[in-house]
Amino acid sequence: MNRAEPLLEINGLASGYGPIGILRAITLSVRAGEIVALLGSNGAGKSTLIRTLCGLLTPSAGSICWLGRDIAGASSQSIVAAGLVQVPEGRRIFPNLSVQDNLLLGSYRRGRAARQANLAAVIERFPRLGERARQAAGTLSGGEQQMLAIARALMAEPRLLILDEPSLGLSPKMVDTLFELISQLHRQGLAILLVEQHVAQSLALASRAYVLENGAMAFSGTPAQLLASDQLRRAYLGV
Amino acid sequence: MPEHAALPPAMARHAAPVAPGSQCVELRRLNHAVARSIRTLSGLGVLFVLAPFVFHGEFQITFLTLALYVTLLGVAWNMLGGFAGQYSFGHAIFFGVGAYAAAIVQVQGGLNAWFGWVAGMCLGGLAGAAVGAVSFRYGLRGSYFALVTLAIAEVCRIIANSISITGAGVGMMIPLQPGLAHLQFAGKLGYYYWILAMVTVALALSSWVRHSRFGAALAAVRDNEESARALGIDATALKVMASALSGALMASAGVFYLQYFHYIDPTLVFGPAVSVQALLAAIVGGLGSVLGPLIGAIALAVLNEIGAHLFGGIPEFSMVLYGILLILIVRFMPHGLARGVAPLVRRLRGASGRREDTAGA
Repeated sequence: MNRAEPLLEINGLASGYGPIGILRAITLSVRAGEIVALLGSNGAGKSTLIRTLCGLLTPSAGSICWLGRDIAGASSQSIVAAGLVQVPEGRRIFPNLSVQDNLLLGSYRRGRAARQANLAAVIERFPRLGERARQAAGTLSGGEQQMLAIARALMAEPRLLILDEPSLGLSPKMVDTLFELISQLHRQGLAILLVEQHVAQSLALASRAYVLENGAMAFSGTPAQLLASDQLRRAYLGV
Repeated sequence: MPEHAALPPAMARHAAPVAPGSQCVELRRLNHAVARSIRTLSGLGVLFVLAPFVFHGEFQITFLTLALYVTLLGVAWNMLGGFAGQYSFGHAIFFGVGAYAAAIVQVQGGLNAWFGWVAGMCLGGLAGAAVGAVSFRYGLRGSYFALVTLAIAEVCRIIANSISITGAGVGMMIPLQPGLAHLQFAGKLGYYYWILAMVTVALALSSWVRHSRFGAALAAVRDNEESARALGIDATALKVMASALSGALMASAGVFYLQYFHYIDPTLVFGPAVSVQALLAAIVGGLGSVLGPLIGAIALAVLNEIGAHLFGGIPEFSMVLYGILLILIVRFMPHGLARGVAPLVRRLRGASGRREDTAGA
């Protein structure tokens, strides 16, 4: 695949909840195989942007181009089927279902053969989940639940994986494991849009970064440019 | 944790190196679950088929018949309330649609009762889909959904009370024609086996839903709808489907009521009593469990008899007892009798897959 080819291209996007606008004139792009970091303080609109991308909110203006097709306002199931998959903030696994059922739901829209192949591949990657396949997902530790949430998203055969604050509430050791996993997925060719509070670690992985502030893009560029800009560092990152 | 370098699933699609071991995991589990519930259901079925040979008094047969009838109400309600987590307070809608459709087909249309049964179930399913589509399309849940269903049932009652095709306030009486061809039976036993057959099919359907992908997706929607949608699961379509199944089962209970009592009127079939019986059987027995409604319905039937014995002079006193039971269940056994009384069932259903060979549901 051509690395320069944009998977996702957002232009002039506005969105929010009902009449309350939150995002204004958002422009963002992700190319095949790259990690893009999306940063911003609490309430800047990161989660709103992701929910809009995934079809959970309908944008009020602008376009979301996915593989050259405008998907603004499309249903979340068609967006997932097209390969744009998110791991929602706070994991949101299904605690009463078994680990295996959680995983299989990630491939809900695929045929049986594809489901089984995906399950096998995911269990090979996360042997721990294989060991606990029949356990209720709610009995897993926080770190395992996050791995399950990511594994479940991988079951949907993503071309772009959106991770919304995946390190939230994890132990420092688990955060390291998580970033190792993200870089591994990246090396294997998956494009990732990473929303994170762990700024330093995210920027170390990302090839480009965006900073959201009060619902608008305040910065876009390379991590080096972002770190070089004192103002941005002070204002948004606290590093 | 992620030490093993494996292809991401996006690529596995092309490479597809299926590890045979893990492929079997899903199959084996499903077979076990299905085999287990087939065993449980057929065991129970045999018990109930033989029951009239032991309890052959008219009173006992009537008791069992009505308990099974309430079971059917509960199974129907559980389909939407238990598996999909959408609590309806107006399930009488589908019950009444089924009963009236069957009655109109027979009285107004002069057609056979079997045709009335089929028509009742189809219309009940359609009504379930329609109520579900209207409610879920606009994101109604929780108490809003409960109130809307309550209101629709009341509207149905008022309509049935005022238009002529339903016989208005007078109600409808179907002609007395005993015989299997007319779904009427001279003795009580015929009704008993008919409702037993319907309950068996309904429980088998429940069991299938509980163990199927459809059921897992419904549970996901129930537990966290937004997360399910983020995985590409069409939550609205699933809930509408559950509502249609629920409506069809409820309607067939309505048809049974019509054939059993030969008479319906708007308050009997669209009134709140039916809705309350349906949700009580499911909640008392155990929300979202397959056998819960059966256990709940038997508990209600026993309570009903106790009430009639002790306070026979006070009409509808069983409703007071029902209320007390509901309060006690919600307070002390929120998972219902099925789990409260038989922790074994819970252990089997729970995390451990080690005890799959023991019977249970």
